[in-house]
Amino acid sequence: MSMPPSQAELPAESTPTDVGFVDEAAAGSPDRFAVNELTANSFVEYARALGKRIRSGESGALPVVIGLVVIVAIFQSQNSKFLSTGNLTNLIEQSGVFVILGMAEVFVLLLAEIDLSVGYVGAVGATVTAELATNPHNVNWFLACLAGLGVCAVIGAVQGLLITRLGLPSFVVTLAGLLGFEGVLLYLIQHDKAATGGTIPVTNKVINDIINGSLSNTVGWIVMVIVVVAYGAISVLQNRRRRASGLVTAPLALVAIKVGAVAVVGVVLVLVCNANRGLGLTKLEGVPWIVPILLVLLVVYSVLLGRTRFGRYLYAIGGNAEAARRAGISLKTIRLFAFVLCSVTSGLGGIVYLSQLGSISSNVDGGNLVLYAIAAAVIGGTSLFGGRGKMIHALLGGLIIAAVYNGMGLIGLSAAAQFMVTALVLLAAVTVDAVSRRGRTSA
Amino acid sequence: MHGSGDQQLRMATDATAGARSADRAPASSSAGGAASGTPLLRLSKIGKSFGPVQALADIDLEVYPGEVLALVGDNGAGKSTLIKTISGIWSPDSGQEFWDGRQVHIRHPRDAAALGIATMYQDLALADNLDIVENMFLGRETVRAGLLDETSMELSARRTLSDLSVTTVRSIRQPVGSLSGGQRQAVAVARAVLEEAKLVIMDEPTAALGVSQTAMVLDLVRSLSERGVAVLLISHNLNDVFAVADRLAALYLGRLAGTARIADIDSQQAVALITTGSLTPVGAHSARKD
Repeated sequence: MSMPPSQAELPAESTPTDVGFVDEAAAGSPDRFAVNELTANSFVEYARALGKRIRSGESGALPVVIGLVVIVAIFQSQNSKFLSTGNLTNLIEQSGVFVILGMAEVFVLLLAEIDLSVGYVGAVGATVTAELATNPHNVNWFLACLAGLGVCAVIGAVQGLLITRLGLPSFVVTLAGLLGFEGVLLYLIQHDKAATGGTIPVTNKVINDIINGSLSNTVGWIVMVIVVVAYGAISVLQNRRRRASGLVTAPLALVAIKVGAVAVVGVVLVLVCNANRGLGLTKLEGVPWIVPILLVLLVVYSVLLGRTRFGRYLYAIGGNAEAARRAGISLKTIRLFAFVLCSVTSGLGGIVYLSQLGSISSNVDGGNLVLYAIAAAVIGGTSLFGGRGKMIHALLGGLIIAAVYNGMGLIGLSAAAQFMVTALVLLAAVTVDAVSRRGRTSA
Repeated sequence: MHGSGDQQLRMATDATAGARSADRAPASSSAGGAASGTPLLRLSKIGKSFGPVQALADIDLEVYPGEVLALVGDNGAGKSTLIKTISGIWSPDSGQEFWDGRQVHIRHPRDAAALGIATMYQDLALADNLDIVENMFLGRETVRAGLLDETSMELSARRTLSDLSVTTVRSIRQPVGSLSGGQRQAVAVARAVLEEAKLVIMDEPTAALGVSQTAMVLDLVRSLSERGVAVLLISHNLNDVFAVADRLAALYLGRLAGTARIADIDSQQAVALITTGSLTPVGAHSARKD
């Protein structure tokens, strides 16, 4: 859909020269044109433009961060254990599944599609992994995970083919998946010899350690420093390269602030995780393995979305499928790969879930998981209407979901209340998305 | 041909059109030598029907390098059908297409793009959520070591836009959704230039635009033509046609009613071509065929 020409979008300062062929130097000068973040060359200009953008409703990650602070404040006031290092580490571990499943949803939400089957697809993948990694097979953990993810890839391909080749709505195909793969899960667990009482236990140490194992305190610090330094170096190099090419470049001070913020988050995270959270005599400390895993996944997927053709095409199709088609992009191929990636990623989520529970059983509530996954992506800022979203959204949203989930458990809310609160959080996120979208298109 | 075929007053498509009415002869010398040499695109007896509806019949049309050819006609005359045929949305049922004198079969938008035909539809086919650079390079991104080379794309996007004298956009990294109608057209034109298109088909580029933005788009059309790019301009607005086009081709009920150099006709005759399919206004016989 193309938007009507939006005169109103142009700030008043720029209207007199909308047609004219102004010379190039004048085009960038602040007295004739409103400066926005993209054109700002100095830090002051940038800050001013940022303030203006936030006031006009395009606030990026800000509401998410504010929401997180509010939620944390509420739970902390109800139960002072909420912000204890032990509970925070627990919260991070709980967020793993929501974040990864949310990332899975981002791939398809960008296309304005949806995948309702991620919960049970992930559970099926996890079951395959669990079966292979325990008695009597005792397959190497890596191969077992690979097999689980392979099964998920096949499932994603089948669902994707039904959607792209037959033109079935993804909503319906994956709803069938939601039901069908719960059936597959039940079947697998009923027929597996390793399963005792409807449960396949995790006996493999590596798989168990994804959630339950930690880096040693020293390694945690080393990894953190490496990550921050690498992030800083890449940011500065990119900034230099743009500047050297004569392109409009964000001020270096801004880069410094971003790198500084990452460093602060890193230090706090490692400090919290490195504190002893063991009960009694047992000592338990260190950054859980899930943290670097999420980080690697975040970087790899963000590069995939932001720096490759595939990612660019996902955004293009979500923004205007017809434009993408006319640009020669094969919509079917890109869509198919998005569904495959979504299912494989939910397989990863399933394996993390397996590690978290220490076993997989027929009681997995895939229906609930998928709602948390969609909520994580949307709360973080990914649009249900396609074309807008990032992997970091799933991370932020997943943390919010985990905070709500964890906090409600901590203050002892009943299951009934928990469902209702989760529903309200999801509705609030979708409302914010819809309202901000209306604000954009009617501008 | 038969029936209405004799209405196909083919005026001045090339130098042999000496027999046209002499009263406006002086004007024709200023029309530029666009219409000569090998046509970039030649359509011969193109026909297309949808079920029982004959949408196009016996269309013969030439487009020369660097000329602006206006395609006019009333609603339902077959303009859209014709440009969709040229741009490969569907293939014609009959007739032949020649590109640079060589017969071609345009069956897919990819075929058209490979030849150097860029089509700009009314809805512009831009993705609002992508920025200007991303839209200009959509489908043909520069890749270095597997990753998008944003710097080089941004540089060449900026160069192209300034070549086209488009300097009103504040940042080429702003989303296309935030641009005005004229600016969106500019992005689409820049995209075609970047593709090194030889023929740009523009479908009603000024339909939704105000006066000043229309002027901007017409300037873009001129600068395309100055770069040697042929422009096939579909327009309802005869002011625009007379402002930028070198020649005019009128469709009437799926047939080519006639082509004429803009310098050789006036807007009344153009209206007559569009509404009656004949260059001769009702009751007047100033421009009879020979």
